[in-house]
Amino acid sequence: MSDWPRVRLHVVTGKGGTGKSTVAASLALALASQGKHVLLCEVEGRQGIARMFDVPPLPYEERRLATGLAADGQSAGTVHALAIDPEAALLEYLAMYYKLGRAGRALDRFGVVEFATTIAPGVRDVLLTGKVFEAVQRNSRNKGARQYDAVVLDAPPTGRIGQFLNVSDELAGLAKVGPIKHQADTMMTLFRSPRTAVHLVTILEEMPVQETADGIEQLRAAGLPVGGVVVNLVRPRDLKVKDLAAARKGVLDRAAVRGDLAKAGVDVDDALVEGLLVEARDHAERRSLEDSQRKLVKAMGVPTYELPRLAGGVDLGGLYELAAALKEQGLA
Amino acid sequence: MTRSHPRVGPLASRATGGKQLDVDALLDDPGTGIIVCCGSGGVGKTTTSAALALRAAERGRKVVVLTIDPARRLAQSMGIEALDNTPRPVTGVHGDGSLDAMMLDMKRTFDEVVESQATPEKAKQILENPFYIALSSSFAGTQEYMAMEKLGQLQRDAAADGTYDLIVVDTPPSRSALDFLDAPERLSSFLDGRFVRMLLAPAKGPAKLMTAGLGIVTGALSRILGGQFITDLQTFVAALDTVFGGFRARAQQTYALLQADGTAFLVVAAPEPDALREAAYFVERLGEERMPLAGLVVNRATPAAERTLSADEAMAAAVRLQKDDPGSLTAGLLRLHADRVRMLEREVVLRERFAAAHPQVPTVVVPALAGDVHDLVGLRRVGELLAG
Repeated sequence: MSDWPRVRLHVVTGKGGTGKSTVAASLALALASQGKHVLLCEVEGRQGIARMFDVPPLPYEERRLATGLAADGQSAGTVHALAIDPEAALLEYLAMYYKLGRAGRALDRFGVVEFATTIAPGVRDVLLTGKVFEAVQRNSRNKGARQYDAVVLDAPPTGRIGQFLNVSDELAGLAKVGPIKHQADTMMTLFRSPRTAVHLVTILEEMPVQETADGIEQLRAAGLPVGGVVVNLVRPRDLKVKDLAAARKGVLDRAAVRGDLAKAGVDVDDALVEGLLVEARDHAERRSLEDSQRKLVKAMGVPTYELPRLAGGVDLGGLYELAAALKEQGLA
Repeated sequence: MTRSHPRVGPLASRATGGKQLDVDALLDDPGTGIIVCCGSGGVGKTTTSAALALRAAERGRKVVVLTIDPARRLAQSMGIEALDNTPRPVTGVHGDGSLDAMMLDMKRTFDEVVESQATPEKAKQILENPFYIALSSSFAGTQEYMAMEKLGQLQRDAAADGTYDLIVVDTPPSRSALDFLDAPERLSSFLDGRFVRMLLAPAKGPAKLMTAGLGIVTGALSRILGGQFITDLQTFVAALDTVFGGFRARAQQTYALLQADGTAFLVVAAPEPDALREAAYFVERLGEERMPLAGLVVNRATPAAERTLSADEAMAAAVRLQKDDPGSLTAGLLRLHADRVRMLEREVVLRERFAAAHPQVPTVVVPALAGDVHDLVGLRRVGELLAG
C-alpha cells in the first residue's frame, strides 16, 4: 500500500551527489508498476532522464520512455518523460493564454524571451513550475492532451527547493498584479495542497542530512507539504551488529575466519585474512557513522525509505530494482 | 586457483594512462598565485579547497581561501561562521605560513560593486529596486559572478599590499561546472542585450525604427505582468546602465586574471559517470579558453581493497559457507569484499576512460574518508591524501 495515495504531484529534491534524479526516475517506474500513467519531468536542462533511460536527448515534448512492471493482475502503467525548457514553456504559455500572435513573435525578436527566461528572477521558476502545474491539472477539457495519474518532478536541489516552489512569493516583489500573479497564486494552491508531496533525498553523511533537516524546516515554513525522506546509496549490511562492534575494535576471531576460508576452498594466507579484517574494520566505522546519521533522519519525524547502493552503478535494470524497493516500502 | 587479478591493487589508487598530479609542487611553486577548484555539486570542492589552502599555509605560504558554502562545523572550526565578507585568520595553523579564510556573501559583494561604481544617490536607487534585490540574491549565475568578482578584489588587494601570495577559490555548486565561466559574460551580455538597450534609449540611432515594435512588446508585457513591472524594470535598467561600463570592464579583468600564468585550475570530480562527464567538459572548455589546467582531483574514491581475491571467487566462497551457516561472519566478510572490489573495478574503468580521452591531465585520486571533515586535523589528513 502506498503511503501517499492522494498525491498527484511528487516533487523529488536532494543535495547534489545524493542521487535525486535516480530516485525520481525509480519513483516514476514504481508508480507505473501499479498501473499508473506517470509523467517524469526534469527542469534543469541536464538531460539526466535521457541518460538514465539510455535514450536520445529529450525534446520539449512528452515522450514515452518505459513501461512499469505489471503486478497484481493490473495492467502495467507507463512512464512518459518531459524535459521542460523555460523558453519553449514561455512561448507555449503565451500562445495558450494570450493568443499574442504578432506581439508574441515580437517578444522573441526583441530578446524578451531570453531576457525573461534567463535573467528576470523568479520568472524562470514560474514558467517551469507552470508547465508542471498544467500537466497535473489536465482533464478531459484539454482535447488531445495526454492525462496522467501522477507527475514526478526531478526538482532543483534542496537548497533552492523552497524558493522554486514558492512562486507567488518570488514574484511578489516584481509583479504585484496582472494575470501572471493570479496564475502563480493558483499554482500555489496546488503546491500547498495534500495532492503534492515534496520528497527529500539524502545519503547518510553529515552535510546532506543537515541540509535535509534545514530543507524540511523551510518547506514547512512556506506551507509546502513535506513527503518522505529517501535515504539513498545505503551500504550493504552483511555483518551482524555484534560482529560490527568486534570489527571496529579489531577483535574478530582471526582463526575462525581463516578456518572458514580454507573450508570454502579459498587459497588462504595471513595477508588475505588481514586484508579482509582491515576492510571489515573500515566498513564497520562507516556503518557506525551511517547509524548515527540514520538516527538523525528518523528524528525528523517523516516517513523514511532506504535504497541500496548498487555496486555496479545504476542502469535501466538498476532503476527497476530501486523501483521495486520503493514500491515495497510504500513510497509509491 | 589463480590469484591474479590485474584490475585491483596498484591501479585502484593510481589512475592509469595519465600522469600523477604533484600537488605539493603546485603549492610550493611561488609562481602559483591563484588556485581555482571547480567541478559539479557534491564532489567535495569546498573540503578540497580548504585542505589545499591549509597544506599550502603549513608549507610556508601566505594563503587566503574563499569558500562558497562550507559545512557549518567546518566553517566553525575555521572561524568563518560570521558571513562578513572579510578574510579572517584561521588559528591553529602550523609553521611560518599563514591562512585566512572567508565565506562569500553574494549579495553584499554585489552591493559593494554597485556602491563603488555609482554615486551615492544612484547606488541607493539601485539597491532598493525590486529587480536588483531579486537579481542580487537569486539570479542563477550571480553567485558565480560574485565569486569571480571577490577573487578579483582579493587579488588586487594582495598585489597592492602583499598580504597573500596564494589565493585558493572554491566555486559555487552550479548545475554545471561551466556556469561560473559563463556568468560574467551572461551578465554583461544581458546588460548589452537589445531589449535592455531599447528600454534605455528607445528613440536613438538605428533603434528608432524599432520603437513601434517596442510599444507592442511593453504593451504585451504589461498585460501579462502588470504595469508596475515595466516601470520597475525601466528604472532598474536605467540606473544600472550608469554602472554598466564598470561591470563589463571588471568582468573582462577577471577573465584575463583566470587566463594568467599564475592561475591554476583544479577540476574536482567523484568517480561517478556524471561527475566525470562534467569534468571532461570542463577540461575541454578550459583548453578552448586557454585557461591553465593543473589537474584532476578524483574525490570519494573507494579505498583500496585486498588484492588477491577476486569478487567472483569471494562470492562463490560466501555461497558455500552460507549453505552450512546462513549467518556466517566469514561469508559476510567475503560479500563485503566482493562489493568493494566491484566498486573499485567500476571506478577504475571510469577513470581509465577519462584518462584515455584526456591523457594530458595529471590526476590524483583521494580515497573517501570514513567520516566528514570538520576540523584542521581532518583537513590536514585530506591534504596528505591529496599530496599522494
